[in-house]
Amino acid sequence: MNVQAPDRAPATHAAEGVLRSDVQAVNSANRRTLYKAREPIYPKAVHGTFRKVKWAVMTALLAIYYIVPFLRWDRGIGKPDQAVLVDLDRTRFYFFWIELWPQEVYFIAGLLIAGALALFLFTALFGRVWCGYACPQTVWTDLYIAVEHWIEGDRNQRIRLTKEPWTAKKVAKRVSKHTVWLLIAVATGGAWVLYFYDAPTFVVEFFTGEAPFMGYVFVGILTFTTYSLAGFMREQVCTYMCPWPRIQAAMVDSESISVTYLKARGEPRGPHKKGSSWDGRGDCIDCNQCVAACPMGIDIRDGDQLECINCGLCIDACDEVMDKIDRPRGLIAYDSHENVARRRAGKAPRFRFLRTRTMFYAVVLGAVGTAMLIALLSRAPIDLNVIRDRNPVFVRLSNGDIRNAYTVKVMNRTDAAMQVKVDVLGLPGAVVREAGGPADAPAGDILISVNADEIRSVRVLVTIPQAAATDPSLPCTVTVTDLKTGVSTLNETAFMTGAEK
Amino acid sequence: MSKNREKDDVSGVETTGHEWDGIRELDNPLPRWWLYIFYATVVWSIGYWVVMPAWPLVNDYTRGVLGHSQRLDVDAAIASLKEGRSALGEKLAKATPQEIEADPELQQAALAWGRSAFGDNCATCHGGGGGGNVGYPNLNDDIWLWGGTLDDIRHTLKVGIRSTHPETRLSAMPAYGRDELLEPGQIRDLAEYVLNLSGKSTDAEAVARAAPLFVDNCAACHGEDGKGLREFGSPNLTDADWLYGGDKDTIIETITNARNGVMPTWEGRLDAPTINALAVYVHSLGGGE
Repeated sequence: MNVQAPDRAPATHAAEGVLRSDVQAVNSANRRTLYKAREPIYPKAVHGTFRKVKWAVMTALLAIYYIVPFLRWDRGIGKPDQAVLVDLDRTRFYFFWIELWPQEVYFIAGLLIAGALALFLFTALFGRVWCGYACPQTVWTDLYIAVEHWIEGDRNQRIRLTKEPWTAKKVAKRVSKHTVWLLIAVATGGAWVLYFYDAPTFVVEFFTGEAPFMGYVFVGILTFTTYSLAGFMREQVCTYMCPWPRIQAAMVDSESISVTYLKARGEPRGPHKKGSSWDGRGDCIDCNQCVAACPMGIDIRDGDQLECINCGLCIDACDEVMDKIDRPRGLIAYDSHENVARRRAGKAPRFRFLRTRTMFYAVVLGAVGTAMLIALLSRAPIDLNVIRDRNPVFVRLSNGDIRNAYTVKVMNRTDAAMQVKVDVLGLPGAVVREAGGPADAPAGDILISVNADEIRSVRVLVTIPQAAATDPSLPCTVTVTDLKTGVSTLNETAFMTGAEK
Repeated sequence: MSKNREKDDVSGVETTGHEWDGIRELDNPLPRWWLYIFYATVVWSIGYWVVMPAWPLVNDYTRGVLGHSQRLDVDAAIASLKEGRSALGEKLAKATPQEIEADPELQQAALAWGRSAFGDNCATCHGGGGGGNVGYPNLNDDIWLWGGTLDDIRHTLKVGIRSTHPETRLSAMPAYGRDELLEPGQIRDLAEYVLNLSGKSTDAEAVARAAPLFVDNCAACHGEDGKGLREFGSPNLTDADWLYGGDKDTIIETITNARNGVMPTWEGRLDAPTINALAVYVHSLGGGE
């Protein structure tokens, strides 16, 4: 295996006080071949603005992930008091004050569409910031690298440890690292399952061995994926497995922000001797700190690359060096292709966030968000689903009258049982009655009671006189009215007559 | 072949040494993940041979240490289904269809049970929704040759129509043409007469000629007014519904050869709760009396 040489050999300085990393980018374009084993990457710890942002984002996201299942929300007796819960037994999704039925899965679809559009917008504006800061793969890999750093030390120590023979010390370090990794992995899988069960109950049952079997299965699956994806696969997930890096190429343009090495300022690069002039040479002292820091194993000085996740750790690494050698920061910076071109043309760089592309994404995102909000706010306490019988499509009675049958499903979303009246409107001369209902009930009066939080289904027979069957299809409306509140819900449907056009 | 192996200049990879119409192939290694999965499946298959039924022998097969058998699984599943249904089945068997219909819980259960039994046994002829077919009555409408009450439907289910059951519902319309009971001209006149019963005739003379023929040959079963009689299962000739078709040619065909459709008996084939459930289900389709 081609293990990278440790930094100290050969011990050269890139500049006064800056050690040169003898490192080659694992995934640089000119070393890339098909068919080769993964070369491990040993990212060097950096300090700086973007590292701090990454810590903050990671902390916030992990906190949300682990704390949310334990939030409580009182919904009254007989209902779960977990604020966010996918209740598979009752087929309900609870989100604080919202309770969604499986019939309303379009809200989830809308949420996914809005999420995709938000990703489009952010990618068009800031490049792959999702990948670099918020993606679970990045967050957990970062966490695993932090554990690695804590137990085995920084880059050079880790490389040395890999090369060392298997001493007791090495075994101890490796065992503790993998133990902590596995604990994190179990906690990751465990927390996921908590969104599907009552969290405090499940935590207790999990350890006493009383939790549902499927709970253990899913904790096991997610433990495995977390451990292997964040511990071993890491950057390969982004480079080989994830489709998003390919798709987002369609969302960025020359004004999108991406991590950029300012070639014009940096080149020609080379080690710098203390006291010598900076004239006629670039600011890059070729110390390779940006390469050593990169978790994706690339050299950002080669330009934009497929692997780059826009995380900015190379910016922090370079800024640290620039401070030491007393040159201005920002040799590597979040910048755009447009600005590189503008500088070359002698114009001042600028960021333009209001572009046709970004405005289009924003408008569509706004529209989807508004539509969902309106749909959510206007949810009726009764929902109605009318399914017309298709087999047979219509029935001709002995006297020539035409009858259609409809299955009317009434959903009661309130907490109290309700009495509702089902009507069919828009068909002159129609006689409406309940199939299989009391034979002595007068036609047209279909009264049913629907229990709280339940669906009641009733089959309704609608008969129209032969003379009224003028069109193959007649529009009609099924209404359901809550007798107590008078609130009614309607559903447009059609009456099939079998008449020729 | 392998003596033809050579190094490709562009990729630096050896070729396989084969050549087809001037096309050579690079001998790239298999992707590792693929190879590992392949090895894993090989190992898996060996374990599978041990624990699962695998190799055919002359009169038998290797059964595997788990003793797995899909036939036994199906038997067990059916047994457990029967057991799970037994309480409900007992209730459905004991109750009259009227009692079932009056009890909302039992009615829902009967409808579900009946719907599935209908799909398995009845839908072949009557259609998935009981919509019928030419020669097979629509069970959704208000036309019942042998009666549409719960008891009538249950009885029809039990004994069938012109079936092998000793108490089957039975009637037979003569084949007036085939058996030369009537002349072809008389049959044509009778067809006009039948059309006239629902006001569709265009030949008043033929109708007049056929009036005595109808009284002599048809009225005994179909009634003087042609409205049919339930005790014979004879259809109403005056309504809008035609089991085999209401145009003149079809009516002539019916009179000439007769129809005498058959429904099998279900007693003995279906158990008591299923027949009760089917009666309630068919009754609920919309035409129940």
